[in-house]
Amino acid sequence: MSRGVATAAPEARVGPAARPRVWSALIDRPEWLGSLMIAPAVLYIVLVVGVPFFLALYYSLSDITMGSRTLGFVGLDNFASVVRTSKFKTALWNTFVFAISAQVAVMVLANILALALIKDFRGKWLVRLLILLPWVAPISLGTIGWLWILDSTYSVLNWTLEALGFVPEYGGFMWLGVPHLAMGSVVAIHVWRILPLATVIILAGLTSIPHDIHDAAQVDGAGFWRHTFQITLPLIRPILLVAGLFGLVLAFTDMIVIFVLTRGGPYDTTQVLASLAFFTGIQAGDLAEGAAIAVFLFPLLVAVAILFLRVARRTEVV
Amino acid sequence: MSAAAGGRATRGLRGAGHAGLLALFVIFTAFPFYWMLITAFKRTSDLLTRANNPFVFNEPPTLENLRVLFEETLYLRWLWNTAFVGVVVTAITLVLAVPAGYALARLAGRWGERLGIAIFLTYLVPPTLLFIPMARIISDLGLQDSLWSLVLVYPSFTVPFCTWLLMGFFKAIPRDLEEAAMIDGHSRLGAFLRVVVPISVAGILTVIIFSFTLVTQEFVYALTFISTAREFTVSVGVPTFLVHGDVYFWGSIMAGCFIASVPIAVLYNVFVDRFIAGFTMGAVK
Repeated sequence: MSRGVATAAPEARVGPAARPRVWSALIDRPEWLGSLMIAPAVLYIVLVVGVPFFLALYYSLSDITMGSRTLGFVGLDNFASVVRTSKFKTALWNTFVFAISAQVAVMVLANILALALIKDFRGKWLVRLLILLPWVAPISLGTIGWLWILDSTYSVLNWTLEALGFVPEYGGFMWLGVPHLAMGSVVAIHVWRILPLATVIILAGLTSIPHDIHDAAQVDGAGFWRHTFQITLPLIRPILLVAGLFGLVLAFTDMIVIFVLTRGGPYDTTQVLASLAFFTGIQAGDLAEGAAIAVFLFPLLVAVAILFLRVARRTEVV
Repeated sequence: MSAAAGGRATRGLRGAGHAGLLALFVIFTAFPFYWMLITAFKRTSDLLTRANNPFVFNEPPTLENLRVLFEETLYLRWLWNTAFVGVVVTAITLVLAVPAGYALARLAGRWGERLGIAIFLTYLVPPTLLFIPMARIISDLGLQDSLWSLVLVYPSFTVPFCTWLLMGFFKAIPRDLEEAAMIDGHSRLGAFLRVVVPISVAGILTVIIFSFTLVTQEFVYALTFISTAREFTVSVGVPTFLVHGDVYFWGSIMAGCFIASVPIAVLYNVFVDRFIAGFTMGAVK
């Protein structure tokens, strides 16, 4: 009402001041306006991340299934029964083998690649695009490309090995069908997928080192190895940590590559906790046991979060 | 003289080594995509003859695989589903993340910094920890087999990342601009809407691209919530429905992978530096 009058009046130019008093008092106080603007996002995150997160912990202590109407509290029974199964033991072991070997390979290769990419050369943008492809394309689709490359009968790798005479005809490898080889294959494809991200993160760190530091090292006569290991790498330690931690989270919790290539087979030799949780909780419908398996990933995430916060604090984030 | 020649030779050798090293990496990263492209145009009989050299066309190229993909599978439908979810999720993300990013950058002070980090950390909570309770919630809400389940859940990873990214973006805008607008009689909110948002088009565009590509890439939730072939997104439809049939039409499958991944990849590539900047905010000064 009073607002309508104000708008009609010629002084309408000062419009923003003519709002109802309570509302404008809220809007004009930064802390209130701030809360008002943050609240929807925080609420959404609490509802779709926070609530399921605690539900996951709660389910792991219950006997819930996909169809059950009631939910009984069973304490640590799920964990006790899960831990006893050989499937779980295999998956736990595989998770560590998979994540650690993949992440070590990623860090080594990404450092080499980033050091090679820091030089300027013609066509660098194209090389960069081609190297980034595995990360920027949808992972499940890129991995299907490998499914065809590693096909048991028509593998192009086997064809090449046969043509070069390394293996006899029809003597090619069953890349995804033999226990140790299958693990090697899924690790390699996971490396393929994470390598681009780690490389560009490290590259960002390398380019942030001021030129005079390199010049000074040159003047002091540091050779390539000394320069790399005693000057360059220590300087980008925080960023190596960021790349490493993020890669580790992905390697420990991701199941896309394994799901597409082997579905955990042959004989569970590539089954990891994430994929086992999926097959138990969703496909077999035992939500409680699935949740218990997934919760084993939790301590690891806490460790990573703490490390991340430390890095953030040390470098005074933002 | 000979020392100079030696130096040049060493440099040449090093250049060749450098090029060779990069070539190895490029073959490793890009080969599957090249392989998709060449397979897409090969006849099935060509692909399934073991004696054929797989690197060349032993029979004339064909468009038959593309015809099968578009006419005899649900591929187009999956592309459409993906686009639909992408657009709605991006809209939700913008509505939530733009004000939150601004408030964290400008209004919340010291306290906002902590909250910003907390929000970013939720991005690191993996779907594999959440998808089991989520599956139950979705089924209780009656959203199983519906694209709306994805619309509901996907902002859980787009909003944290985009809020964090926008926070950095808004911090880089000089405060003077808003203060001048406020002296001119705008409220803080008015200054934000009329001055800050219009000059933040680049940041907002980045967020649009990211939330769209993150949606296209997502796999675990879509696999968990959707079981009807018609409702799949492309990243789940191709690996589960096309690959799992008894007859493998590798030409069509590879065409489907290539078409859905390379345009997204090129688009994402344009913005990937901002993505990295978001990750390393703080670790790189």
